[in-house]
Amino acid sequence: MSTTDSEPTAGMLPPDPYLEESALFNRQIIRYVQRAAATGLYEIRGLGAKRNLPHFDDLVFLGASLSRYPLEGYREKCSAETILGTRHARRPVRLAMPITIAGMSFGALSANVKEALGRAATELGTSTTTGDGGMTPEERESSKTLVYQCLPSRYGFDPDDVRKADAIEVVIGQGAKPGGGGMLLGQKVSPRVAAMRTLPAGVDQRSASRHPDWTGPDDLAIKIKELREITDWQIPIYVKVGATRVFHDVKLAVHAGADVIVVDGMQGGTAATQWAFIEHIGIPTLAAVRQAVDALEDMNKKEEVQLIVSGGIRTGADVAKALALGADAVSIGQGVLLALGCNGESFVQEGRHVSATADYHKLGTAPGYCHHCQTGRCPVGVTTQDPVLEQRLEPAVGAVRVRNYLKTLNMELTMIARACGKQDVHHLEREDLAALTIEAAAMAGIPLAGTSWIPGRS
Amino acid sequence: MVGAVNGQGMGEDTPVSFDLKRQSVRELNQFLHGTLQGVKEVRVENPDGAHNLAVGLNGPIRVQIAGHAGYYAAGMNKDATIVVHGNAGPGVAENMMSGRVEVAGFASGGAGASARGGVLIIRGDAGLRCGISLKGADIVVGGSVGSFSAFMAQAGRMLICNDAGDGLGDSLYEAVIYVRGKIRSFGADAQIEPMTAADYEAVRELLDVGGLSHSYRDFKRVASAKTLYHWNADANQSY
Repeated sequence: MSTTDSEPTAGMLPPDPYLEESALFNRQIIRYVQRAAATGLYEIRGLGAKRNLPHFDDLVFLGASLSRYPLEGYREKCSAETILGTRHARRPVRLAMPITIAGMSFGALSANVKEALGRAATELGTSTTTGDGGMTPEERESSKTLVYQCLPSRYGFDPDDVRKADAIEVVIGQGAKPGGGGMLLGQKVSPRVAAMRTLPAGVDQRSASRHPDWTGPDDLAIKIKELREITDWQIPIYVKVGATRVFHDVKLAVHAGADVIVVDGMQGGTAATQWAFIEHIGIPTLAAVRQAVDALEDMNKKEEVQLIVSGGIRTGADVAKALALGADAVSIGQGVLLALGCNGESFVQEGRHVSATADYHKLGTAPGYCHHCQTGRCPVGVTTQDPVLEQRLEPAVGAVRVRNYLKTLNMELTMIARACGKQDVHHLEREDLAALTIEAAAMAGIPLAGTSWIPGRS
Repeated sequence: MVGAVNGQGMGEDTPVSFDLKRQSVRELNQFLHGTLQGVKEVRVENPDGAHNLAVGLNGPIRVQIAGHAGYYAAGMNKDATIVVHGNAGPGVAENMMSGRVEVAGFASGGAGASARGGVLIIRGDAGLRCGISLKGADIVVGGSVGSFSAFMAQAGRMLICNDAGDGLGDSLYEAVIYVRGKIRSFGADAQIEPMTAADYEAVRELLDVGGLSHSYRDFKRVASAKTLYHWNADANQSY
């Protein structure tokens, strides 16, 4: 063989095909277009926004040094006690930690899961929240502190449950779909779910996006008064909004009489919603927190009305950053589902790990990528109403996992607070933060690290 | 409160009266949520359109509201009988579970919204969205109803003795509407269906409940065509 045969000369094409992917029409978009062309219907999926967004990861803490004095990490006390609903309620919600479990419906989740969440929250001294499907006896019995949601659909809404609740959360919207109603596909509308919601079993349920008995903030003020009258002014009334025009919405919610405002950013999860909704409607949690805090400070209500932030809270660092930005507590949905085994390779049955990989493949996905809550075929038994699949989540196993997860977050939170020299996690402040990107600096209103620059503010 | 002090010492038939010129809605509701000690009837004088009158009642008491009521009168009622001797504001008897609520005059928007049981009787007309999100209660309207009534009504029955506005029964589930007069237009998925013997029986029952003398034969049945029960790619503009 001569050298001229084996060595390519300049100008010749390489032997492999040259693949240049379009940034605009990438493989995801090609799949999107071709799926739309094949079905004529938008894609519906579960969980939250998957794309890369400015988030709490783009902030860092400025630990104590010479100019600040740290607390001993393992010895000195750092309180995480959290009190919500001090504005009007005779019995505010008292929690041992500022980390709560977000509203997720029985219907989206199985009764076993609701029970596991209640048990874990009770053990840790925090609260759980019902969802768009009424209150189940399982969750009421297992939850010491239960927040009862009043949603546009009013599925299963019952004054007896109102009287049993520890707080009421009037849901205006959620971060995954601000402006949209709930959705539960027929596979999950089991006879029990259907009966609780007064629907025929198996229908593709589209819940309302507006409340049936009030329209604007002035009406909401009267609605909140009605709930207070029914509960004899004993328990707090929360108002939950999906993050869009947060500054104005928070002000209107305060004006309407809310004790607690819940702001859910676009990374917040859902059991089923249109893809376009999840990825394209709403603003990131990072921006939402700051707007909410600005609104409360502008009204001089920061000490009177508490703020809960949700939407993509995953770690103790996320919790600490939300608190430093001005939240009083956070709420977690997807993180809790992951703790239960969502997107894990196996589930636990009678102490043994059983592989779920084959069932992920049946859904056309794999552990780590699954967002198929809408199918009700959850391979690990979390987001299902199927009598066989739901057995894959044993309440006792789930309760331990969720407890461990939330406990870890709280430990990280108090560790960070101590490192910043705080005896109370609620003493974390904006001054303790620096931003790593210009976007995060602008959204959170935190100086870019190493500078005193806050885009748009200084 | 006239005739009683703090709910004590009241005999079986002692009428209790609240005068909202002198007493607050809070005092009224707190009393109605209490043990009641054998009180069977409460009269509310000078309501003057106050909101949230007699909400969250939880027992077989009778409440007479001697005038107009504001928003959410008799909201979330359970077992009580509440009569508004005047007009009622938005959301009268919203989320009622059981019992009976009667409005002598007109009712504003969202009357009987999401009500799950019991019966709501409106002698006059009802405004927009009467019976929205209805979940099992019966609503009897002596007059007409406004547009978008029975929107997304899931279960229960509505009897409309005069006319219905635009978009009647949009996205109905299993609720059934009986209309005596004209229907300006139907909402998505609502349709007229033939009356069966069971429907005539239902109309007679509802007329009887409302003490109305119309002929049951004059009513039409409106129910869901059920085309929105399942996702349908060709109907995506309906969602």
